[in-house]
Amino acid sequence: MSTVAVPKKRSVWDGGVSPMNVSYGKLMMWFFLLSDAFTFSGLLITYGLLRYSHPSYEGDHSQFTFSTAYWPIPEKVFAAVPFFEGVHLPLVFVGIMTFILILSSVTMVLAVEAGHRMDQKDVEKWMLWTILGGIAFLSCQAWEWTHFIHGEPPGTLMPDGTVFMGANLKQNQYGPPAFADLFFFITGFHGFHVFSGVLLNIIIFYQVATGVMHRRGHYEMVEKVGLYWHFVDLVWVFVFTFFYLI
Amino acid sequence: MAHSENLTPEQAHKAAVKRILTVTGILAGVTALEFAMAFTMPAGMGRNMIFVLMTFVKAFYIVAEFMHLRYEVKVLVLSIILPCVFLVWLVVALLLEGAY
Repeated sequence: MSTVAVPKKRSVWDGGVSPMNVSYGKLMMWFFLLSDAFTFSGLLITYGLLRYSHPSYEGDHSQFTFSTAYWPIPEKVFAAVPFFEGVHLPLVFVGIMTFILILSSVTMVLAVEAGHRMDQKDVEKWMLWTILGGIAFLSCQAWEWTHFIHGEPPGTLMPDGTVFMGANLKQNQYGPPAFADLFFFITGFHGFHVFSGVLLNIIIFYQVATGVMHRRGHYEMVEKVGLYWHFVDLVWVFVFTFFYLI
Repeated sequence: MAHSENLTPEQAHKAAVKRILTVTGILAGVTALEFAMAFTMPAGMGRNMIFVLMTFVKAFYIVAEFMHLRYEVKVLVLSIILPCVFLVWLVVALLLEGAY
C-alpha cells in the first residue's frame, strides 16, 4: 500500500503566497496610516469634546465679537488673506490651501501612474509638482500661523482685565485658551506630517532622478510615499470640515 | 493598472488619467459646494450634518481611488476599514454619555 498523501485543500494563509497581494512595505505603510488615522481621530474628537464643554455663542451671527466667554465661530477667526490685510474674507485662504493640497494629491497619483508605465521623465515631472504643492501649502500655513499669533487690532478683553491681541498657549484674542491650543496642536501636527511628506517626496524624487527605481525595475517606492501623501490630504479634508467649517 | 487587461498600454494610460481627472473633478466640486454652502445656508445642526456627509464622500474617493484601496484584495480592504469601527464606537459613546 503506497502512502500517497491526499492533498488537503490549502488556504491562502498556509504559507507560500502573499494573501493580501501586496509587498511587505506597502502593507506596513497601510497599517502605519491606520494607526495615524487613530491619532488624528483622537485629536479631532478631543476638539469636539472640548468645544462642546464650552458655552457656544448665542446671538446674531453678524453681531459676533471675540470673547473668552464662549467658543468662537471659526469663519470669524480665519478671515484674513495675504495682501488683503484688513479685508474680511472668511475661509478664502483656507479654501485656497485645501485646493493646493488636493491638487498636489492629484499630481502624486499621476506620478504613480507614470511609474506603472516605467516613464522616468513623467514620474520626475509629477513628483516635482507634488513637492512644489507641499511647499506651497506649508508656506500658506506659516502665514496663517503668523497671522493667528500676531492677531488683529483691537484685541480682546481678558478675564484679568488686560487687553490681549493674537494668541499663545495661555491666552488668545479669539476665545477660550483651549481654542488656540487645539489650533496649534491639530494644524501643527498635520503640518508636521506635510513637512515630513515633502522630505520623503524629495528623497524619492532624488532616487527617481538618479535612476535608482529604473534599475530596480519598478517604482513601488513612489506608490508607498504616495500612500502617505494621500493620507495627509485625507486628514486635511477632515481638519477642514471639523475645524474650519463647522 | 490592474483593471485594464484588454487595453493597449496607450489606451490604459488614457483611461487611468481620465479616471484621475474625474475624481479630481468630484473632489474639487464637493469642496466648492461646501464653500458655497458655508455662506448661503444658515449655520446649524442640519448644515453640519451635510458637511460631515460631504467629508465622508471626499474621504471615500481619496481612499478608494487615489490610495487605490478599492482595487486591493478584499482581506486587505477589510483589515483597514474594520478597525475604524472603534472610532465610531468612541464617537457614539461620547455623544451618548459625554454629558455626564
